[in-house]
Amino acid sequence: MIMNLNELTLTQAQEGLRAKKFTSVELTQACFDRIKKRNKEINAFITVCDESALQEAMAADKLIASEKAQPLTGIPFAVKDAITTADVRSTGAAKILDNYVPPFEATVITKIRSQGGVLLGKNNCDAFGHGASNENSMYGPVRNPHDTSKVAGGSSGGSAAAVADHQCIYAIAEDTGGSIRQPASFCGVVGLRPSYGRNSRYGIMPMASSLDTVGPITKTVEDTAIIMEAIAGQDPKDATTVYDTVPDYSKGLTKSIEDLVVGIPKEYFDVPGMDKEVASSIEKQIEKLKKFGCKIKEVSLPYTKYSIAVYYIIVPSEDSSNLARLDGVRYGVRANEKDLFDLYAVSRAQGFPEEVKRRILIGTYALSAGYYDAYYKKAQQVRTLIKEDFEKVFEDVDVLLTPTSPFPAFGIGEKANDPLALYLADVMVSPAAVAGMPALSIPAGTTKTGLPVGVQLIGGRLQEATVLQFGYALEQESS
Amino acid sequence: MTISKTEIKKIAELARLKLTTDEETHHAKTISAVLDYMNILNEVDTTGVEPTAQVTGLKNIVRYDEVKPSGLVDKLVKNMPRVERGELVVPAVLED
Repeated sequence: MIMNLNELTLTQAQEGLRAKKFTSVELTQACFDRIKKRNKEINAFITVCDESALQEAMAADKLIASEKAQPLTGIPFAVKDAITTADVRSTGAAKILDNYVPPFEATVITKIRSQGGVLLGKNNCDAFGHGASNENSMYGPVRNPHDTSKVAGGSSGGSAAAVADHQCIYAIAEDTGGSIRQPASFCGVVGLRPSYGRNSRYGIMPMASSLDTVGPITKTVEDTAIIMEAIAGQDPKDATTVYDTVPDYSKGLTKSIEDLVVGIPKEYFDVPGMDKEVASSIEKQIEKLKKFGCKIKEVSLPYTKYSIAVYYIIVPSEDSSNLARLDGVRYGVRANEKDLFDLYAVSRAQGFPEEVKRRILIGTYALSAGYYDAYYKKAQQVRTLIKEDFEKVFEDVDVLLTPTSPFPAFGIGEKANDPLALYLADVMVSPAAVAGMPALSIPAGTTKTGLPVGVQLIGGRLQEATVLQFGYALEQESS
Repeated sequence: MTISKTEIKKIAELARLKLTTDEETHHAKTISAVLDYMNILNEVDTTGVEPTAQVTGLKNIVRYDEVKPSGLVDKLVKNMPRVERGELVVPAVLED
């Protein structure tokens, strides 16, 4: 059987391009054919760059012909629309930026494009990353390729769906409190949230600056390792990036995990609404690790249950401050109002979806005089305790294993009228974010009805290599 | 309800968001539910616990404050909602 080119992994695409089995133009065209066929239904792309991508692919083919190829040369990729791309429309999935064409671009994207990566287009997402179902996009929800009546997850639902549906080879997305990992688990693909500070956030539309990270969504763990080597590292344009050397992630993948210690945090298995099929899929992963000779240790992270409350105070607070810049004055869509106050208030009312407004209101309230200590400061103090939980447990274990989500993808509209229920869906992904730890979601089988389940591997700070090493071992066993 | 419709109105004004009456009612309800949930944090004794603002441990990252040409002026102007003679037009703030 001849595989369609768009179905290749990054590693397979690299090999094919280098062996001259096909060109980057052919590979790119295969992705566009798939996007054209599926975008109406899946809705994973807000903007598609047909013309510029084919030009970029031609340039990449020249680099490959002259033996100047780098790891990402000629590989077609997609980018979450909340990440800016120079001269390519970037809406963040909100109408206030419907016409916005950034003059500058995120550092991680520049790193990929300077290798000759081919930008296919911009992925749908929850507006500015606000959501866990991709239903908060002003460009319509993303549908799960495994069952189009289900959500793709969020906020990076378009990115995960595009990778799962083979509309691109890989995607670059953003994770503030689960936005890469949860959609990756719902769509059956690999997603890494790097440690806070590992990758530059310069040029992403800021949501919660003390939590935002940028990372890849891919078809395999090895693909994630290759992309991390290209995009990680200190950036003078992002003062929160760390100076630590970027390890050779792909070389470390095959290292043995025998005798390493895997922590099973009990708080992640005693969650209301936990799906039985998810629980049994995770059990199977634990059994596999035992077979590899890993030591399994039950551990406790007692402050886990407070992480949603901490997260949903810190995030709206920082959101409300970050989004103040969007006022219809200097760029974006401006309402036709003569009075300055009305110009601000109406431009924002028309350009933001309901959830963005809700977060701005919660944040403005939490930061206002008289409430700051009770909400924001209290949340930051409990954040310290959550972080210490992780630091303590990583003295005894190499990695933590948990489900990525307590349940598989839910129906479109099912949780739409209950924002708190949707916030609670982040219960397994928010703690690592609050603590700044790296966490990877990889596929762990499917339910009887064919919905993907994800397993999450959480590592100590800057221990991406360990997390990827475990992910790689589990992935090899499943194939 | 933890938060009233009147309070929502006041916050929306501070946040420069024009809400309809229906939106005010809806947000008062959903935000009250969220804020009620946040009370769970009162179970935690945080006496003497330092707040965490960020986790990198980095301090005082500085750079030279150099003036450099951005080369972006044309593109920035092109993104402006209303331009006259190459300049951004906004409603008058001060009466003359």
